[in-house]
Amino acid sequence: MAVLKLENVGVDFPIYGGGSRSLKKAVMRAASGGRIGRDAEDRLTARVLTDVSLSFQDGDRVGLIGRNGAGKTTLLRVLAGVFEPTQGRITRHGRISPLFDAMLGMDMEATGYENIVLRGMLLGLSAQKARSHSEEIAEFTELGEYLDMPVRTYSSGMVLRLAFAISTCVDPEILLMDEWLSVGDAHFIKKAEVRMLALFQRSSIMVMASHSEQLIRDVCNKAVLLHQGQVLTVGEVGQVLEAYHALEVPGAA
Amino acid sequence: MSQSNAASGLQARLQAARHSDVSSLAGSRSMAAAVGDVVQGLLYAPLWFTMAWQDIRQRYRRSTIGPFWLTLSMGILVGTLGFLYGALFQLPIDNYLPFLALGFLAWGFISGVINEGGTVFIEAETYVKQIKLPLSTFVYRIVCRNMIIFAHNSVVYIVVMIWFGIWPGVAAFQLIPSLALLLATSVWGALLLGTLCARFRDVPQIAASFLQVAFFLTPIIWTPELIGDRIIFVEVNPFYHFVELVRAPLLGQSITGLTWLVTLAITIGGWLGTLLFFRLFRARIAYWVS
Repeated sequence: MAVLKLENVGVDFPIYGGGSRSLKKAVMRAASGGRIGRDAEDRLTARVLTDVSLSFQDGDRVGLIGRNGAGKTTLLRVLAGVFEPTQGRITRHGRISPLFDAMLGMDMEATGYENIVLRGMLLGLSAQKARSHSEEIAEFTELGEYLDMPVRTYSSGMVLRLAFAISTCVDPEILLMDEWLSVGDAHFIKKAEVRMLALFQRSSIMVMASHSEQLIRDVCNKAVLLHQGQVLTVGEVGQVLEAYHALEVPGAA
Repeated sequence: MSQSNAASGLQARLQAARHSDVSSLAGSRSMAAAVGDVVQGLLYAPLWFTMAWQDIRQRYRRSTIGPFWLTLSMGILVGTLGFLYGALFQLPIDNYLPFLALGFLAWGFISGVINEGGTVFIEAETYVKQIKLPLSTFVYRIVCRNMIIFAHNSVVYIVVMIWFGIWPGVAAFQLIPSLALLLATSVWGALLLGTLCARFRDVPQIAASFLQVAFFLTPIIWTPELIGDRIIFVEVNPFYHFVELVRAPLLGQSITGLTWLVTLAITIGGWLGTLLFFRLFRARIAYWVS
């Protein structure tokens, strides 16, 4: 059973402008007993998430809603385990598949088949397991003999198709997404949608950040509204979207 | 590629264990998390091996002789420098050229690891930001990448061996423990440097200029005998001892007790220090590279 639980999670992001990351300042600071370099030591931090407590179980299809800069991406990365929180604690049970960037690890000089193995391994598959998906991916992407050629010879639509097909061949327990994966040409969109919904069905928990309300209404059964790094509302999708709209009024003025 | 079938069962079990975790600030800074990262990274061997191999192939894809360009340029370097410096130092070429070839071979590996170790996490930024992998995975990737280069370059020495009729004999068996020490130190070195450099972006520059000086201070082009009674300058140089780990066994000499002692102490001490450091800053690396 998959579980994803956050208790009072906070994330402070260090901001290093220009020279503040230099060794000189750190040495100066040490040499001056911490007085002269104090301005540099007063490290600027941005509080990106504050006191976030959430709990997701099997069957949860969660939509993350919020304006730009509300902390959606950071929250997803905390869920993925990329950012370990600076406050609070997070409990995870289940294999996590973050699909933030379908192109991650794609090597343009390698062939399509090599990329299936490379990408597949990054997604947590063994080389053999990844290779076993080759045929299915070849069929789905309609790339045929192109898979024997370097990816750099593909059109951008073909690259996206391949990246999409590899990313969606995994069996995630906890699926994390930052917006819907793009797939390129129109002919392909319908096919991709079917595949994506099948992926959702295979996953126990799905968390997706999106600006598309329609998408969230269609695929999510739960929503979280983030605002300035805090959770404002958690609950049923329609209700959370209403809260989001209520938020937007002062912003529009 | 036939990858570790035997290890895959163990890997599956350990990866399954990884799927459950609790993280908090205290947990992030625990020694268990630091050691866990280093150990779990090893289990990703198929991934970092593939990545390392891919790095090399990418560099040389579409060139006819591929990575053997490395071998060729190294061969030319050793061949020309060997004759020039052999004459300058008035050393017999059949002693000097093998010495020089092995020195370059070892130094190529050491400097490669130090240079690339500095940028290991900065380069892996897109991965570090997007998926949770043990950070050591990227360190193993660059050590492995340099090992592959080392293997290609070692062809130069094989040619030298044939040319001069050198046979290291049983001394070559010393390579088993000596390469293990070299690799173990490479891993902590790259891990430490990579962590430091992720935070302080001047460090890679410092390391690069330091390396240049170290190259001339280390007996690679010149032999330790040339320094005469100032041998202490050689003996206190840790790079000399690590170069010797590769050079002595392949020249058919035995590695001195001092070299074993120094390299073993550096390997153990370095790991302890690195783990103490990595423990505090491991979880910060993702923030630093973002």
